[in-house]
Amino acid sequence: MIEAIGLTKRYGRTVAVDDLSFTVQPGRVTGFLGPNGAGKSTTMRMILGLDRPTAGRVLIDGKPYTELSRPLRTVGALLDAKWVHPNRSARAHLRWLAKSNGLPNNRVDAVLEAVGLTGVAGKNAGGFSLGMSQRLGIAAALLGDPKVLLFDEPVNGLDPEGILWIRTFMQNLAAEGRTVLVSSHLLSEMALTASELVVIGKGKLITQSTTQEFIDRSTGNSVLVRSPQLFKLGPLLVDKGFTVRDGADGSFSVSGATSDQIGDIAAANGVVLHELSPQRGSLEEAFMQLTGDAVEYHAEIGK
Amino acid sequence: MTLLAVERIKLFSTRSPYWCSALAIVMGIGLTAIFAAATDGPVPLGLTQIGSSQLAIAVVLVMAAIAVTTEYRFNTIRSTFLAVPNRTSALVAKTVVVAFIAGLLGEIIAFGSWGVAKVISPSSDLAINTSAEWRHVAGVGLVYAIGAVIAVAIGILVRQTAGAVAILLVWQMLAESLIGIIPKAGVKIQAWLPFINANHFLSMGSDSPEMGGTGVDFKLSEWGSLGYFAGVAVALLVVALVVAKRRDA
Ligand SMILES: Nc1ncnc2c1ncn2[C@@H]1O[C@H](COP(=O)(O)OP(=O)(O)OP(=O)(O)O)[C@@H](O)[C@H]1O
Ligand SMILES: [Mg+2]
Repeated sequence: MIEAIGLTKRYGRTVAVDDLSFTVQPGRVTGFLGPNGAGKSTTMRMILGLDRPTAGRVLIDGKPYTELSRPLRTVGALLDAKWVHPNRSARAHLRWLAKSNGLPNNRVDAVLEAVGLTGVAGKNAGGFSLGMSQRLGIAAALLGDPKVLLFDEPVNGLDPEGILWIRTFMQNLAAEGRTVLVSSHLLSEMALTASELVVIGKGKLITQSTTQEFIDRSTGNSVLVRSPQLFKLGPLLVDKGFTVRDGADGSFSVSGATSDQIGDIAAANGVVLHELSPQRGSLEEAFMQLTGDAVEYHAEIGK
Repeated sequence: MTLLAVERIKLFSTRSPYWCSALAIVMGIGLTAIFAAATDGPVPLGLTQIGSSQLAIAVVLVMAAIAVTTEYRFNTIRSTFLAVPNRTSALVAKTVVVAFIAGLLGEIIAFGSWGVAKVISPSSDLAINTSAEWRHVAGVGLVYAIGAVIAVAIGILVRQTAGAVAILLVWQMLAESLIGIIPKAGVKIQAWLPFINANHFLSMGSDSPEMGGTGVDFKLSEWGSLGYFAGVAVALLVVALVVAKRRDA
């Protein structure tokens, strides 16, 4: 479990993270969501003891990172796949990491196998493609078979196959009961990967909830209804307390009701339905709306 | 012990230490070979260590600084601190490994230079008998090891290769000897400059002025000078460790 309490980080006059508190539970993938410059990477560096918080603290299973002995056995992290020496082989990179935490050399082979880099283990990491670098970073994170895993924008710049691989990989790690925190600035990506979300903007917590809850809340579900008997169905729905708006082509947009409820009401009153489809607003739009005041860099479109 | 092994793996799994070592050996021994070949008559012992103590040392200092600055350049220092959150132990381990290798190189270059002079000029009396003569040759390794500690400390403080290398080269090769130009005060200041003291340690007494110390009124004995040199190195390292511990990685 990861627990942040009043975490704050100032760089000169920039407040990168502002009184941030949240918890990350084991057994599921938690998404760490926020627009560019929101403070995700800064928060992760503080979790890992690389940056010193200006105020507040963050605990991993009740201890600060810097007090863990052999920390790679407890926490695995991929903050930046480029944190390797370009002229050092992948295997040598993992070997010194393993040695530093008293891990046997067969762990190196095991994680290379797990990420599919066995064939290029002797090659210098500087020659790796982004996808291969990312895999090497994940191998390093898995080295100590840790209970807690942190990934900072792991799918950035990857092709669809690489994205799918990482997504499945993280979900499998969580299914094994590990704590997995993964950051992203794309809600659509998080919707597919994470079951829990910690959403931040301008360094402040916006919300922590399940992904489903967050999406439902921020997109406002509505159901599109087409029927030759709308004049009959409309008042029935209004009576039930649902909001009914006229849509295009003589259709209705009903909000506050599920498609099941509307279908039941139509059947009970002998109303013919031609279409009954749940609508979902764009996740990205909803996210932008929610974090609208909390975006660090506004694009000045059309100015 | 584990941390020493870690730093050893890190250092020897990249190419630059091999290149720097080879360069230092070639330059140090090469210069002696040139001197010995160009000398008419017998080659004095004091001539054999000019290459090691004046030229090759610069390459070794650069190697030591690079061992740290590349970690900052490629951000592997962050991977290091993730694996070993106790930054002081991680950096001390690195310093020990680098200093040990520098010391070893110093001995190889010093005795290599001595050997090459003997081969080129077999008739010269190059026997190492007195303690001053031993200090003059075998002491080179000690000077390299302590110099490496200074270089590592500068590397930690500056965090980038160009800056650290510039500081070290200007300091070791230029600044300290230039201060001697200042009338009167110059030599008094020089008596307390670290690399001048290192050269004082290597010198074979007042009768052989070829090894630094010319006209400088040292307040310390040769071994005292070495202790002073080491003290400066340790003080710099402590400052560097405190800074590294406090700042964001
Ligand atoms: N070392 C630093 N020195 C000064 N300012 C910094 C530093 N690191 C981060 N910042 C600032 O802190 C803020 C948060 O940055 P951070 O990198 O944590 O955001 P992020 O959420 O990871 O963004 P992105 O999605 O672009 O990766 C930004 O305004 C950034 O400019
Ligand atoms: Mg970031």
